[in-house]
Amino acid sequence: MAETGTMRVKSGLAEMLKGGVIMDVTNAEQARIAEDAGACAVMALERVPADIRRDGGVARMADPTKIREIQETVTIPVMAKARIGHFVEAQILEALEVDYIDESEVLTPADEANHINKWDFKVPFVCGATNLGEALRRIAEGAAMIRSKGEAGTGNVVEATRHMRSILGDIRRLQSMDENELYSAAKEHRAPYDLIHNVAENGRLPVVTFTAGGLATPADAAMMMQLGADGVFVGSGIFKSGDPAQRASAIVKATTHFNDAAVLAEVSTGLGEPMVGIEMSELGEDGLLQTRGW
Amino acid sequence: MAGKVGVLALQGAFREHCRALADVGVEAVEVRQAGELAGLEGLVIPGGESTTMSKLMVAYGLEAPIRELHAAGAPLFGTCAGMILAARDAVDGLPDQRYLGLIDIVVRRNAFGRQVASFEAALALAGDPEPLTGVFIRAPWIESAGDGVQVLAEHGGHAVAAQQGSVLVTAFHPELTGDRRLHRRFAEMVERARGAVAA
Repeated sequence: MAETGTMRVKSGLAEMLKGGVIMDVTNAEQARIAEDAGACAVMALERVPADIRRDGGVARMADPTKIREIQETVTIPVMAKARIGHFVEAQILEALEVDYIDESEVLTPADEANHINKWDFKVPFVCGATNLGEALRRIAEGAAMIRSKGEAGTGNVVEATRHMRSILGDIRRLQSMDENELYSAAKEHRAPYDLIHNVAENGRLPVVTFTAGGLATPADAAMMMQLGADGVFVGSGIFKSGDPAQRASAIVKATTHFNDAAVLAEVSTGLGEPMVGIEMSELGEDGLLQTRGW
Repeated sequence: MAGKVGVLALQGAFREHCRALADVGVEAVEVRQAGELAGLEGLVIPGGESTTMSKLMVAYGLEAPIRELHAAGAPLFGTCAGMILAARDAVDGLPDQRYLGLIDIVVRRNAFGRQVASFEAALALAGDPEPLTGVFIRAPWIESAGDGVQVLAEHGGHAVAAQQGSVLVTAFHPELTGDRRLHRRFAEMVERARGAVAA
């Protein structure tokens, strides 16, 4: 009589998160602050990306104790991260009844060739992408939501901008192609023809598309929204800043009123210290998280 | 000339509602600030996160103007989070969550469970022989309803759609399917309300 785990139900939750801010939290107290600030969901994880970057080592799924503690604290959806290709971490997260799984490049990949077959799960997945082909490969594997990757834990929005512009620019180029050209476009993007055709026809990805990676200010969030994001993920940017509660609330307001410069000016005022950012050239090739995933 | 209907666009599935309203011939405008409510003939409160929407509604002073708009005769349509916000109360909400109290129902939030329990089901709609597909996402249900409330659909013994006067609510998401019957019903409510004002 009732059917669970359908694509419509999976992508439907992402539709409900649109126009909102999903915040990284590492404990119940932070989850409470995020919910109070108006976050539309929280991402439960062991360490925020800035700390993963600083500490090094293998980054894995969070301890279930932590996830449960956060689930008991808030009523908004709770997401959690699994390593790329680590389908057993995903099975565990499904058993914990998290609301969304992020198969994330922020954690250390568990499989260097394959991502998780997301069609096997009732719980929906969000995946990162740096370009259109990568986004469509994830959707082909069953992702119900996409986020542009950016470069997590840097407080530098430049990579998020690059990835959003790349995805949206490639969508516009597909729209200008004739039917015959779409076949070669599918090869070029290494993506299924059906999905390429769908994007060319509709002018958008078939699932909700958020931005992530390096957002630190209300202006960063509003810029991503103006570029065409459906909503934003903010990781280290909130709890690595001087006044997380105030910054979180300001970023929520900026995401709603992304086209209203008067509101943006007001919410950007007197926020205290933002997280210290990292210039991309300081990271080097080995320091990039965005190149994980294939 | 037909007026416009507002869709509260603080967060959630507001674009889908705008599209659904356009499909039934109603011009929709997105509402984020109190000033944008002026002159509207109806208001949709979409699905989204009720906690987030409630906080933004308070922060931008939208509660009183929405109540005034409704008191002036404008019909309201709330889906999922929108149903929660339109309700009189919730049995398990946050202590500081605010309710508009526009329909005499008490709701239970996330009543059907977390996302893994989200589902689609065929619903029998009161007075309509054709079943309707309800998409329920971390959905609430109506725990109890006052005498003046007409229950329009039930699932598993719980009321999931209702109407009281000019307020229509559903626990599911008609904006996520192509079935426009409930948006048409709302459009007719707006049409009638306009007639009443003109008379």
